[in-house]
Amino acid sequence: MSKRGGGPLLQLTLWRLRELMREPEAVFWVFAFPILLALALGIAFKNRAPQALAVAVQGTTGRADSAVAALGVESRLRVVALDSVEAYRRLRTGRVALVVVPGDPLTFRYDSTREESHLARLLAHAALQQAAGRRDVRDVRDVTTAERGARYIDFLIPGLLGLNIMGTGMWGIGFGIVQTRQRGLLKRLVASPMRKSEFMLGQVLARLVFLVFEVGVVLAFGALAFGVPLRGSLLHLSVIVLAGALAFSGLGLLVASRPRTVEGVSGLMNLAMVPMWVLSGVFFAWSHFPEAMHPFIRLLPLTALNDGLRAVLLEGAGIGTTLGLLANMAMWAVGSFAVSLKIFRWS
Amino acid sequence: MTPDAAIRCRGLVKHYGDVVAVDGLDLEVRPGECFGLLGPNGAGKTTTVEILQGLLPPTAGSVEVLGRTWDRDRAELRQRLGTQLQETLFPEKLTVRETLQLFRSFYRRGMDVEDALAVVGLEEKRTARVKQLSGGQRQRLAIAVALVSEPELLFLDEPTAGLDPQARRQLWEIVLALRARGRTVLLTTHYMDEAERLCDRVAVVDHGRMIALGTPQELIASLGAEHVVEFAAADGAALAPAALRALPGVTAVHAEDGTVRLTVARIHETVPALMALVRDRAIELTRLVTHHATLEDVFLHLTGRSLRDE
Ligand SMILES: Nc1ncnc2c1ncn2[C@@H]1O[C@H](COP(=O)(O)OP(=O)(O)O)[C@@H](O)[C@H]1O
Ligand SMILES: [Mg+2]
Repeated sequence: MSKRGGGPLLQLTLWRLRELMREPEAVFWVFAFPILLALALGIAFKNRAPQALAVAVQGTTGRADSAVAALGVESRLRVVALDSVEAYRRLRTGRVALVVVPGDPLTFRYDSTREESHLARLLAHAALQQAAGRRDVRDVRDVTTAERGARYIDFLIPGLLGLNIMGTGMWGIGFGIVQTRQRGLLKRLVASPMRKSEFMLGQVLARLVFLVFEVGVVLAFGALAFGVPLRGSLLHLSVIVLAGALAFSGLGLLVASRPRTVEGVSGLMNLAMVPMWVLSGVFFAWSHFPEAMHPFIRLLPLTALNDGLRAVLLEGAGIGTTLGLLANMAMWAVGSFAVSLKIFRWS
Repeated sequence: MTPDAAIRCRGLVKHYGDVVAVDGLDLEVRPGECFGLLGPNGAGKTTTVEILQGLLPPTAGSVEVLGRTWDRDRAELRQRLGTQLQETLFPEKLTVRETLQLFRSFYRRGMDVEDALAVVGLEEKRTARVKQLSGGQRQRLAIAVALVSEPELLFLDEPTAGLDPQARRQLWEIVLALRARGRTVLLTTHYMDEAERLCDRVAVVDHGRMIALGTPQELIASLGAEHVVEFAAADGAALAPAALRALPGVTAVHAEDGTVRLTVARIHETVPALMALVRDRAIELTRLVTHHATLEDVFLHLTGRSLRDE
């Protein structure tokens, strides 16, 4: 064994691992990038709920002053008095949600397609009526919750994890292979008795070793910095991550099967990944897209991976409930692996 | 039981669309010899050795390597051959030793990685990254990789192309040591001095065809003369070829770009006669060189072109 320096599969895997580890850029994209992105988005969306809505009161007359005072009682509104030109300019550009025009009748101007405008109108209406002497006829008590798992960051972290598994899987494998081809190394390798399937397997195994750290780092960060929960079992999580990694390794092999240049493979890679960035529910739920698109979106491997990750992390789903998603990813993995072996260009 | 030929190919043809890269090549490489394919760039050398190694399918023709064919015995042949391809860049981030270990792992039998390093003199570079190697060192690594399985047949495609003279000498020493130990080697080159120095037999190829075959000595002897006299005259003043051919000891005359090359059997007779002729005609010589005939002269004689300026 020592004379052969380990089996070929071990050597092929070590080769890729060494290349990945000795490339500082790769380490950045794999570990630092998802954390920085999560941090930035996490901070941006952390205090989303209690943001005050901007409301403009038109004019500077005494009536306007009393309207400003009446609205100031409502803490969920931020009130400014503006002349009519400036007030409408800000309404048009979305910098105020509502323009209040004092007078008789009192006028509310707003864009009826904007949700926050409706909310601002309700709040402003209540505040102004109350200031004018309206009395509520029933007593009301508010009870609020801030449940972990329901915040935007809880939605986002599994999405970023899925995105990272897709990106590093496809880039890591696709780039490495095309570079090997470009350097004439693939041809040199097939001139030796190396098994082609072991070469491909070595690429995938090296990815899986990296994956353990990659997923661990992102999840640990999510848990420590934002308290993102892991409600399901670690085993179930591992199965989903593994299925996703295999699906995207397969796709990475597939896009790298033919191109002779790094530019060529980059194009194919973006063609495959950009639709999933948008459609597969990374930053917002894919259910926002029209119903007619749902069957297609559900087919995408990143959709399956993201849904699976959210199910296990946020809902604590058992493995039985994600079998369909696992089957989807397995299908992508097996299908793309088989096709790439067939069409692969070895020189 | 060794077959009588390490390589035998008949009627080898390779087309790339309209380009005919190999045009009916017959080759026979004997066990234990260092066989050279000598030809200019684009002659079809790389195409030929890649077909012989089962990396390219031929358009027509038959190939037998170590008595086997690629169709039936591919896996076995891969174990028994070693190769250095013309354009391989090994992974830059691996060390020399790791690269050898990777390739060693593919073979059932072979030598220790350290021994392979010793054969090519790269012991002190074992932990250096490939990225840090010079061109000559990279080429020596490629040969170590080819040798690590102790192949019965070794392919070297232009092992010294693009190297400085010192690095070339080092590679020559490695190949000569292999030859001395009775390795079977098929080597391609476009350097005539390399073919002359390293090869037991040489096939001269041009436009995908073999135009001469023999030991370097036989090929040079086929010129019918051992020396070459080369001269150029000022102002392009010309001497009639007939007058030159009439000089004693001259077997061939070749004029190109103002330079005249005489292939000469008895240099001690030719040179004084040439000098007398030049003085009689009051021609001023700007250049006069004599040297032993080389494979370069053989190629020039056969094609009318020089090997280098392709
Ligand atoms: N993949 C290819 N596609 C088209 N033409 C090629 C290809 N490879 C080689 N050729 C052509 O075939 C001829 C022989 O090339 P090659 O075998 O590389 O010659 P050598 O190794 O002697 O320099 C050249 O004219 C070359 O341009
Ligand atoms: Mg060549």
